[in-house]
Amino acid sequence: MRLKTLLKLCVPLLVAILATGCVTSKPYDYTAFKQSRPRSILVLPPVNSSPDVNATYSMLSHVTYPLAESGYYVLPVALVDETFRQNGLTNPGDIHAVVPAKLKEIFGADAALYITVTKYGTTYMIINSVVTVSANAKLVDLKTGQLLWEGSATASSDEGNNNSSGGLVGMLVTAVIKQIANSVTDAGHAMAGTTSQRLLSARPNGMLHGPRSAQYGKD
Amino acid sequence: MTNNKCKQGIAVFSVLASVLLVGCVAPQQRLYQWEGYQPQVYEYLKGQGNGPEAQIAVLEKDMQKIRAKGGTPPPGYHAHLGLLYSQIGKDDQVLQQLRTEKALFPESTAYMDFLLKKFEK
Repeated sequence: MRLKTLLKLCVPLLVAILATGCVTSKPYDYTAFKQSRPRSILVLPPVNSSPDVNATYSMLSHVTYPLAESGYYVLPVALVDETFRQNGLTNPGDIHAVVPAKLKEIFGADAALYITVTKYGTTYMIINSVVTVSANAKLVDLKTGQLLWEGSATASSDEGNNNSSGGLVGMLVTAVIKQIANSVTDAGHAMAGTTSQRLLSARPNGMLHGPRSAQYGKD
Repeated sequence: MTNNKCKQGIAVFSVLASVLLVGCVAPQQRLYQWEGYQPQVYEYLKGQGNGPEAQIAVLEKDMQKIRAKGGTPPPGYHAHLGLLYSQIGKDDQVLQQLRTEKALFPESTAYMDFLLKKFEK
């Protein structure tokens, strides 16, 4: 009996601990998202509230990947930007103010993604420099104007230091990553790639999988 | 003996754990072959690249790589090529690229038709 009791205690408890690592606590309400079932996403040029003027186009050029690989059709971002330009809209703030029905009429997309870049660039400290890119996003149904999902994400060249107390190897890895990150001319752009992945690839509490994914309807 | 059984329990647990963990990080098959698409889009948006001809050359070369591997280009790839061709006045190529985008991704139909209508005039 004692054996069984022990087993009963050992296994489920440990499994539970592990599973907790996978699943995050507060579930997102996907009712509107699941009702809308968007197939195509129009990504509007991101509003930039950071001091770096490159942030808008840097982020815009990264976002197709996580969305498309999650199963959505993403309208060609440069061509969309050009269409806005030809209609006299060059400021992301003005573009974000266009009514959903008008966007639907021109682009025919099911949903639009409104991104704001809140941090983009390098913070210099005494013995260290840290590259951080943060952004938030809202997915809006273009037929109804309803909010389907919103979220935010951040990526930083410093995170290896905080997270892993991985001893010597950990420190070495961190040092190498830093060297790479800081040696590329546009370190912010590389970091924006990580931020866009975290922000927009399908995951718990994040975007759901789209119709072109094998995971569609399973999350 | 109790100890032994618990060890067994831990062994079973380890197997379960690795299955669970693999479930978390299983590498998914990618839907598209991206090649240089996003870096080229960035070059275009920054407006500091080597001009449309150089960008077309990169994307057409990458397109051959994608075809050779039997892959699919990502959403927007052909449409972006169409945009680049429009800047050097190769109208027949523009039409062809936009139509290819539409054929590969029917979700793009409304926008592609909007662009084609403007172009065919």
